[in-house]
Amino acid sequence: MSKTLIRGAKVLGGEAQDVLITDGVIAAVGDELAGTEDAAVVEAAGRILLPGLVDLHTHLREPGREDSETVLTGTKAAAVGGFTAVHAMANTFPVADTAGVVEQVWRLGKESGYCDVQPVGAVTVGLEGKKLAELGAMHDSAAGVRVFSDDGKCVDDAVIMRRALEYVKAFDGVIAQHAQEPRLTEGAQMNEGIVSAELGLAGWPAVAEESIIARDVLLAAHVGSRVHICHLSTAGSVEIVRWAKSKGWNVTAEVTPHHLLLTDELVRSYNPVYKVNPPLRTEADVLALREALADGTIDCVATDHAPHPHEDKDCEWGAAAMGMVGLETALSVVQHTMVDTGLLDWAGVADRMSFRPAEIGRLKGHGRPVSPGEPANLTLLDPAYRGPVDPAGFASRSRNTPYEGRELPGRVSHTFLRGRATVVDGKLA
Amino acid sequence: MKRHLISAADLTRDDAVLILDTAEEMARVADRPIKKLPTLRGRTVVNLFFEDSTRTRISFEAAAKRLSADVINFSAKGSSVSKGESLKDTALTLEAMGADAVVIRHGDSGAPHRLATSDWIGGSVVNAGDGTHEHPTQALLDAFTMRRHLTDGAGQDLSGRHITIVGDILHSRVARSNVHLLTTLGAEVTLVAPPTLVPVGVERWPCEVSYDLDAVLTKSDAVMMLRVQRERMNAAFFPTEREYARRYGLDGDRMGRMPDHAIVMHPGPMNRGMEITAQVADSPRCTAVEQVANGVSIRMAVLYLLLGGNEPAVTTTAHPSPATTPDGGAARRPSSRTEETK
Repeated sequence: MSKTLIRGAKVLGGEAQDVLITDGVIAAVGDELAGTEDAAVVEAAGRILLPGLVDLHTHLREPGREDSETVLTGTKAAAVGGFTAVHAMANTFPVADTAGVVEQVWRLGKESGYCDVQPVGAVTVGLEGKKLAELGAMHDSAAGVRVFSDDGKCVDDAVIMRRALEYVKAFDGVIAQHAQEPRLTEGAQMNEGIVSAELGLAGWPAVAEESIIARDVLLAAHVGSRVHICHLSTAGSVEIVRWAKSKGWNVTAEVTPHHLLLTDELVRSYNPVYKVNPPLRTEADVLALREALADGTIDCVATDHAPHPHEDKDCEWGAAAMGMVGLETALSVVQHTMVDTGLLDWAGVADRMSFRPAEIGRLKGHGRPVSPGEPANLTLLDPAYRGPVDPAGFASRSRNTPYEGRELPGRVSHTFLRGRATVVDGKLA
Repeated sequence: MKRHLISAADLTRDDAVLILDTAEEMARVADRPIKKLPTLRGRTVVNLFFEDSTRTRISFEAAAKRLSADVINFSAKGSSVSKGESLKDTALTLEAMGADAVVIRHGDSGAPHRLATSDWIGGSVVNAGDGTHEHPTQALLDAFTMRRHLTDGAGQDLSGRHITIVGDILHSRVARSNVHLLTTLGAEVTLVAPPTLVPVGVERWPCEVSYDLDAVLTKSDAVMMLRVQRERMNAAFFPTEREYARRYGLDGDRMGRMPDHAIVMHPGPMNRGMEITAQVADSPRCTAVEQVANGVSIRMAVLYLLLGGNEPAVTTTAHPSPATTPDGGAARRPSSRTEETK
């Protein structure tokens, strides 16, 4: 029988308590617990204990782009970041649009052992937006897919989107839309506005995102299905989601850590590490996103962890790939932008980074309360830590972080996956 | 150390006037029987052109050669670049060959900035046009041409002059550089275009925007017509070529309503019949050909100031060279964005 005692942690930021884990399950929570004599002790005074984080939006790149990330390296990065479950996006090579590919990813996740991997299935064959993939087969497979997304591409055909929304009702699935009207964003390189006008980079208007979100919340309402909006990035998108929720429609949304912190002013450096889809927006958008995450209009934080090999960023802006790694810095950025600013408490962080994403993905065994009887998927954070981000130390195979050298607060000291420590004192176990 | 020319926005008024004054000195060389100065002897200037632009390339080539520099022309077409070599590897190759200056034309906005701020090369970088971003030497030669026609010349800026720039502002690197430079020199700039060809965000530029060419012609000291690519029509920026020409083209009637002293400018190549009629293009008020000649003088001045060190540009002139300062010209060289954005 394996036992671990986490001593004196602030559970969800509340009073300091002890938490006893026995055989992968939370056995007891409280003061002066009995039966702890033979337990391994983790001294956690001053630390925050959270339910294991859940990411709805991760690119693990395997199969196909193992030069940037594998399921193994990606799940290691996830564990270091405090995640116990990630949703692996479907834009691999080959695309995860069949039961075979999602089962492969699911199996690789099982073998990694660092973090649970829940594959996301493609909505359409080859992410081409033309023909529905076998959504039912992916759901019925061992991978048990419930989240479907063509992420990286928008399901822009209104009829295909409508059918997908309707079809997945049969197994309580959800369509996670990458909202980007393709015609309005042909050749787009950065947010369209004051900075793009000066830099002469083709603009990516906010309306390209907002018009798709507006359409899709109306479609979801019309067919009585649920829709999830990926990486919402503009103040206008927030307004549309807020309106849709006020109608009682089944709409959820996520925001990335980088959209909570960074703005398009950074593009003035022409450094492609800031090139990302959706693009970095303005200060006003950043503030609206923080407020929306705080008031629940935006349901959750999702990393959109997008690893790229060095050569795909070590070039001119126009030639560079879009995306940033995010698993290992997500919680720090959320602490910096939401907690240290007073917008969200730690219980709120637990909700936005664990409870809600698990609920949206209908993920079992994750996003559970820190209570006796629950699986011991837990994250222990040292919120007092301060230090510069050093990509050389990343567990991810890629280094394309926009935070290199930036001082960020907080560090995950321990991550527990069903009671087993995957991270100890900030290092992979 | 200031050693690059990436954006016209990096130039102060004094930087810009120094370049224009130096270009005047350089222009005098062109009138001599032997059009060559020894200033950059032993220095290597690479023309790195990822886009075809024969005009700009030969202008830089002539400028560097008149300063006795060794010139290497590197065209992306037919080179390893067309086989997928990266900008970085190309830059490292040029660095290994000992390039003192790289004059770069690239289809991607920001490529020269990237080159200048990377550790790929150690020499000076001169932006010869990047994407839809900037083309600073074009703006300098435009300002030089305006100064010759609209002011008393050396030492002057363009204070109070009204400059109108007409055409595809959205995709124009010439317009962006000119807005920066001309306003730095004190001019008042008005952009004229159909609303579809004005960038979102233009409201923060230090200039006026008008959709009505006729309303601004009568108060313009110079009218610069930009090339409008016919392909824009297919992307619905305007309905037809004829409608564009009617509303935004410069013909003889419109030129007749300009003030008598006002000039017509064009960076070339011209679309005759589109943004400018043959009557206007061939009139004595059109400075298009003169701009080409001035381009060589400006590029000589830029290369000299970036690379020339402390020696006077022109040693045999009767006037003291404005490029020469007692403690060397270094402190007055054009500044670059490199330092300012760190």
